[in-house]
Amino acid sequence: MEWEAVIGLEIHSQLATRSKIFSGSSTAFGAEANTQASAGDLAMPGQLPVLNKEAVRMAVRFGLAVDATIAPSSRFARKQYFYPDLPAGYQISQHEPAIVFNGHMDIVVKDGGSSKRIGITRAHLEEDAGKSLHEDFNGMTGIDLNRAGTPLLEIVSEPDMRSAQEAVAYMKRIHELVRYIGICDGNMQEGSFRCDANVSVRPKGETKLGTRAELKNINSFRFVEKAIEYEIERQISVLESGGRLVQETRLYDPDRNETRSMRSKEDAIDYRYLPDPDLLPIVIEPEFIEEARASLPELPVARRLRFIDEHGLSDYDADFLTGSRELADYYEAVLAAVGGETKLCANWVMGELSANLNRDDKDITESPVSSGQLADMIKRIIDNTISGKIAKEVFEAMWAGEGDADVVIDKRGLKQITDSGAIEKILDEILVAHPDNVAAYRAGKDKLFGFFVGQAMKATQGKANPQQLNELLKKKLAE
Amino acid sequence: MHSKSLAELSAGLTAGSFSSVELTQHFLARITEHDKHLNSFITVTAETALAQAAAADARRSRGEAGALTGIPLAHKDIFCTKDVRTSCASKMLDNFIAPYDADVVERCAAAGMVMLGKTNMDEFAMGSSSETSFYGPVKNPWDSAVVPGGSSGGSAAAVAAGITPAATGSDTGGSIRQPAALCGITGVKPTYGRVSRYGMVALAPSLEQAGPMARSAEDCALLLSVMAGFDPRDSTSIEQSVPDYSAALKQDIKGLKIGLPKEYFAAGLNASVDAAVQQAIDEYRKLGATMVEISLPHSELAAAACYVITAAEGSSSLTRMDGVRFGYRCADPKDLTDLYTRSRSEGFGAEVKRRIMFGTHALTAGCYERYFLKAQQVRRLLADGFKQAFSQVDVIMTPTSPTVAFATGERNKDSVNMFMADACTNAANLAGLPAISVPAGFIGKHPLGLQIIGQHFAEERLLNIAHQYQLVTDWHTRAPEGF
Repeated sequence: MEWEAVIGLEIHSQLATRSKIFSGSSTAFGAEANTQASAGDLAMPGQLPVLNKEAVRMAVRFGLAVDATIAPSSRFARKQYFYPDLPAGYQISQHEPAIVFNGHMDIVVKDGGSSKRIGITRAHLEEDAGKSLHEDFNGMTGIDLNRAGTPLLEIVSEPDMRSAQEAVAYMKRIHELVRYIGICDGNMQEGSFRCDANVSVRPKGETKLGTRAELKNINSFRFVEKAIEYEIERQISVLESGGRLVQETRLYDPDRNETRSMRSKEDAIDYRYLPDPDLLPIVIEPEFIEEARASLPELPVARRLRFIDEHGLSDYDADFLTGSRELADYYEAVLAAVGGETKLCANWVMGELSANLNRDDKDITESPVSSGQLADMIKRIIDNTISGKIAKEVFEAMWAGEGDADVVIDKRGLKQITDSGAIEKILDEILVAHPDNVAAYRAGKDKLFGFFVGQAMKATQGKANPQQLNELLKKKLAE
Repeated sequence: MHSKSLAELSAGLTAGSFSSVELTQHFLARITEHDKHLNSFITVTAETALAQAAAADARRSRGEAGALTGIPLAHKDIFCTKDVRTSCASKMLDNFIAPYDADVVERCAAAGMVMLGKTNMDEFAMGSSSETSFYGPVKNPWDSAVVPGGSSGGSAAAVAAGITPAATGSDTGGSIRQPAALCGITGVKPTYGRVSRYGMVALAPSLEQAGPMARSAEDCALLLSVMAGFDPRDSTSIEQSVPDYSAALKQDIKGLKIGLPKEYFAAGLNASVDAAVQQAIDEYRKLGATMVEISLPHSELAAAACYVITAAEGSSSLTRMDGVRFGYRCADPKDLTDLYTRSRSEGFGAEVKRRIMFGTHALTAGCYERYFLKAQQVRRLLADGFKQAFSQVDVIMTPTSPTVAFATGERNKDSVNMFMADACTNAANLAGLPAISVPAGFIGKHPLGLQIIGQHFAEERLLNIAHQYQLVTDWHTRAPEGF
């Protein structure tokens, strides 16, 4: 039987507000345990939550960016369960309605492939819990409430994805978007961007949904892909061997690459949602939405299309360059300073620059070569001062801090030889020095052309203008 | 000194007839003398009270005194006080000392008032008799065989006994007004959002308000002027300026239209209470008011709705009492579940546990629609009914409680019957309306109260109407024998 997987994702995106969603405590990561937990974060008696308006603004920005509806009025509810790192015994979250609903995100799985629309059911605001620390406490548990009350936007997709690859593509798009619009730092190591996946399978052609499993602890793109792939296989093999699936929550173990049952639906918690009487409904005026809309940058999807349609870049290039807002900004800054040559500029940003950033583990914002410096160097390629090959040397020198392109070219004497007379003179010497090869070439051994080019480049330390060299060499060999 | 009104005490301080330290010593001595029997205080803060009094005297001598500077009061033990235990009359918080003051406490301190201590109450304000306290029941100063009402029974008893000139209370379903009525004093439940809930230990946040409890409307006006005001720390606090509640007291009330809801005077109302309330209403006729019989439909559902919402919100408010970060923790927990189970089983009293169980049940899947949502619908219907009524009348009058104080132990095994003690007061909480209870006579030696309900933010009007009545009656000036 042919099977079809059905996947939906719940993404928890930590909002990049400076203070918590319901208190004035800092949200900075990595502080000493419990130093960023106020009496309110500890849920001490009589303490009350006060909503951070910035979190609302960020949720609205997200909603607009995924073409969703913004609820004119939504409210907070208490999601109740006992856990030591949940100080109040309830998480302040949103039940019905959510602040954002009915949006979508388009994904492309294969380069050049067609795009697919993934529905976004809702996105709601909630507070994060603290952390339970099980190490270093001799059989006891330590509680760190620094994270308690950090604002989260939970983004819930429709079950529109049909493969692990689609799920990853969607997650990457959301990851890119939240960083683009500046609402989340996207740091997956620190847990700023987390994901749960709902996975089920059904016979292809069937419209009813199969029994689903919710996968937890899949906090990297690679784990999402592997966990979902594993889970699809597992469910298919259970069904094919005549077994039955139960609705359950499963934990992904990256070390063994498998998922394990955590709890079944029968043990599922009844959260006893209660409208939070301490907080007023979030009422959003149209002006607030318009302000948020006006403050949105060009979104990655639109920018990608512009790079393809207006810059003539390939899907792959456009995708790569819009991978982060900063990288796309950098590319566009280079392009503007050069004044054209989209492909050449793109190649340099994606090639040497990105390779060096990778090698030195640097972010684009930390690049030692500024967009202006790179543009100046590219101009020297265009005006034939240096060849593309020499440019790589120039770029390395700039990376090492030897100064702007012109300084490096000058100091290292890398200026291209474009004087035909000089090139001809060198070629004449080479042809005279290798009469056998000349004879062989003329007898039809075309491959020797490269040998002569190599000799000429060696003689000029690579500085001969390659195009001129080729033309002159061809002429001379034909004589 | 203890029979004087707040205004008289203020005048005495200004005239130099006595100092705040002397006044404070006087009340502290009275607490020592009488409270062993009454049990109206959980904590007496004699030392800090005298220090505050000395500071108030200094402030007065610098010419910086306000109307209530140097005047002692007691706070219900539901308001957090920095460095002083806030127990909510529960074993659960017997060791809890908040690192912050409630907004109400801050405002009273800023006005220069002197805190005598923290008053006894029903555990976590769950009750109407002040019998469920971990620290033992409060006695009614008029008759030690009956309850003082609750949950602010300690505040009511202390004011009635003259061991504090005034006190704060909190009112979720009648917890200021009902004990005020049963102890023969005046108490105000302000409009929802008028007084900040910051630092007040929550029972049912959507219903409750802090308010003043004192002998007279005049005293309540002075204290409410200090307690009320916008607080950005409470999202449900309303940004609206606070009038000088004393200013309008003297206005006459000729032409006032008073609504008498027939549902509140129906069968079930004690005949003697009815007669006494009718007498109070006659006084208002003499003062030039006209009576209009009105209907407040669905009034009979108010108590049930209030019970459901209070229990549901209350069960949620109390989940933070888990033995992890503060409050009572059981000895030698063997694992997490044991820590939760025993800390809560041992820390909470029977009535609190009963309501947590009911409230939890009312919120479970399937019950939510049947109980909680229904109660919210009732709430909206009641609010609509009041809106309708206020298009015909200025204020509404009812008995504060259907009966006078009942015998100690009579209802404390019967949660629902206990709740019926608040049957007349619940609706104002559900609709967020201000209401005042005014002493309106006695049945035997037991006081009873008249409730006046107004429109949102009509506290000024309510105090004025109550004061006009107190100018022609003396119920509020009577003191129980032996005090």
